[in-house]
Amino acid sequence: MTSAEPTTYPFGEPDRLEPDPLFAALRAERPLTRVRLPYGEAAWLATRYEDVRTVLGDPRFSRAAGVGRDEPRMRPHLLPPDTIMSMDPPEHSRLRRLVTKAFTVRGVERLRPRAQQIADGLVDAMLAGGAPADLVEDFALPLPITVICELLGVPYEDRTDFRLWSDAFLSTTKYTPDEVRLYVGRLREYMAGLIAERRAAGGGGEDLLSGLVVARDEDDRLSEGEMLSLAEGLLVAGHETTASQIPNFVYVLLNHPEQLETLRADLSLVPRAVEELMRFVPLGTGAGIARYALEDVELSGVTVRAGEPVLPAMASANRDESVYTDPDRLDLLRKESSHVGFGHGPHHCLGAPLARMELQVALDTLLRRLPGLRFAGAEEGIEWKDGLATRGPARMPVAWDTAD
Amino acid sequence: MEIEVDRDKCVGAGQCVLNAPDVFDQGEDDGIVELLDARPPRPLWTAAQEAAAACPAAVISLKED
Repeated sequence: MTSAEPTTYPFGEPDRLEPDPLFAALRAERPLTRVRLPYGEAAWLATRYEDVRTVLGDPRFSRAAGVGRDEPRMRPHLLPPDTIMSMDPPEHSRLRRLVTKAFTVRGVERLRPRAQQIADGLVDAMLAGGAPADLVEDFALPLPITVICELLGVPYEDRTDFRLWSDAFLSTTKYTPDEVRLYVGRLREYMAGLIAERRAAGGGGEDLLSGLVVARDEDDRLSEGEMLSLAEGLLVAGHETTASQIPNFVYVLLNHPEQLETLRADLSLVPRAVEELMRFVPLGTGAGIARYALEDVELSGVTVRAGEPVLPAMASANRDESVYTDPDRLDLLRKESSHVGFGHGPHHCLGAPLARMELQVALDTLLRRLPGLRFAGAEEGIEWKDGLATRGPARMPVAWDTAD
Repeated sequence: MEIEVDRDKCVGAGQCVLNAPDVFDQGEDDGIVELLDARPPRPLWTAAQEAAAACPAAVISLKED
């Protein structure tokens, strides 16, 4: 095609966990292509692994330069300028370092026994209730929600409310722009209320919210808005993604019985399986958040002009045939380049170590304690989420073998 | 092999610790990279190379001697 008119993106409705069928052709023939998203200005879409890594990691590409622009996006609202995702280093590092200590590899390992205890409790309840169970409501949601609630200091009993607000936060079409504004506002009020409780208590709390209040009030290391945005981001990103990936991973494994048998036979492969599944599953319904070129940059022979936005298609990069042999094959023993399922560059998922640990605990526990885990009834019984930035089942009935 | 890290640019993602726990650690208070062994023995070279390749902020540089 030679038309200068940008193509509408996403190219079609997401089909379960199938990667966009156009990505392979774009990687081969038009690795940078002009697209227009439901909201905002036209942009480049980068589909090759190397280009996606450059857009995400090269300091010539900026998030801060998107502030004040009509950013290309799937969701009606713009990210506020005081979120960590709207900043570049070193401002970004100032905020990120306030919370990284909770997400270090070692820090997260200290949470593993508790995550295991939660997972075991959930499976106990599934076994007691008998098959079928809904993997989403009975396991995938409560596990990461309980963990992030305890880490942040958010009351678990408020989950029905903040699940709604979190969905609104990630809504592309599920809610109207007015509903999104209303619910995102509710989330802010709720978080402000939790912060006010910390202040009234006069400090001393061990949770992350208490830590942020100290950083704000005693050390003046961030503004009030930055603190609230950071706390909201941690709550939303801290559960929705993992809660989606647990049933996504199980779905993919149940559709790859040979790979599943390999894993069942040797559960020490679970950490490697999690990495391959992170590569294989396109979690987002669209590309990543746009980066703005600070100067002219050449990507795959195309000059991106200073000031132009580029969307990194991580799901395409993860299937790039120049990096992965037979990229559309699930291979739990694969040992190739790092995937970009957690992103790349300064904004690489802050919670990646926590997500990895939770996903490892989830897969190990489900496969160990629910022998013969399978879809209950036909695969068509799965309800898929719709109108959100993330893909995954909304309901996934599963069954397992019982001893009697 | 000699390793250098740029702590100012580190984003504390922990990829280095996952790939090469004998070479890299993260600070308890800020999650920032700490170099445990700037001249690791040969058996650790592959792990160190994988850590450098996986680092999302590209703060690990290796000089092979």
